[in-house]
Amino acid sequence: MSTVNVHQKAHGQTEEARAERTRGGQAYRPHVDILESKDELILVADMPGVKHDNIDINFEEHVLTIQGRVEPRYGEGVNFLLYEYGVGDFYRTFRLSEEIDSTKIHAEHANGVLTVYLPKSEKTKPRKIAVTASA
Amino acid sequence: MVYRRNGLNPVIQLRDEMDRLVGDFFAPLAGGPASRSSISAQGYPALNVWEEADVIHVEAEVPELKSEDLDISVVGNEVAIRGKRSAGVPEGAAYHRQERGVGEFNRLLRLPVELDPNRVEASLKDGILLIKLPKAESAKPKKIKVEPGK
Repeated sequence: MSTVNVHQKAHGQTEEARAERTRGGQAYRPHVDILESKDELILVADMPGVKHDNIDINFEEHVLTIQGRVEPRYGEGVNFLLYEYGVGDFYRTFRLSEEIDSTKIHAEHANGVLTVYLPKSEKTKPRKIAVTASA
Repeated sequence: MVYRRNGLNPVIQLRDEMDRLVGDFFAPLAGGPASRSSISAQGYPALNVWEEADVIHVEAEVPELKSEDLDISVVGNEVAIRGKRSAGVPEGAAYHRQERGVGEFNRLLRLPVELDPNRVEASLKDGILLIKLPKAESAKPKKIKVEPGK
């Protein structure tokens, strides 16, 4: 399990990120699970074939973007007997309604699976209010 | 963002009618455009298979699985890939969305040539399983020398 850096790009940089994913070839929508606990949202994405250094995660204005670049695996003139899936980059965006503490977002990557942890900001966490008995 | 599929090599009929799922765990969720792959259409895992003169390569995307979760066996011209993917739900967490299939799978692939089961190699990296299946000696292409006529 290795840690992935999460970028919080400034406004001006998003166009560049968008252009990047059109880098020839197909982009695929990864299958994801989204879980919620008391303190955080957890996003788990299947990104088989993506190397650690080729993952890019952005969080900006409630939108989380995950990208995984996949290096081509097949040479020219391969004689396929069966071709059931295409190979290409992964790309998907999510709009989050929960208030997220963007400074605490972190991610892990292992065995082709990306896990992004999105801690809720303090103000949206349920809070137990202690009631002091009056004398 | 489309699911891409090439047809089978029309010359070689590749039969894998024996594919089956244990249970129905890998049925895709309803709705949602441009899903990556339709797992139920062909069985899980989806396979890309290609051939060279002496060897057949079988590749599968099996994210999250570790080598101990997979069981691969080769008999004659058949390859069986069995395994199990389980959902690791952190304590106190609940699903909002679950697209990643869980459960047991068993995929049987019948190839057009006999294989040499003693020299099969398999590797697993970043969720990609690659199986290298050398053809049996009898199945390898042979050069036939044509004697000059007298």
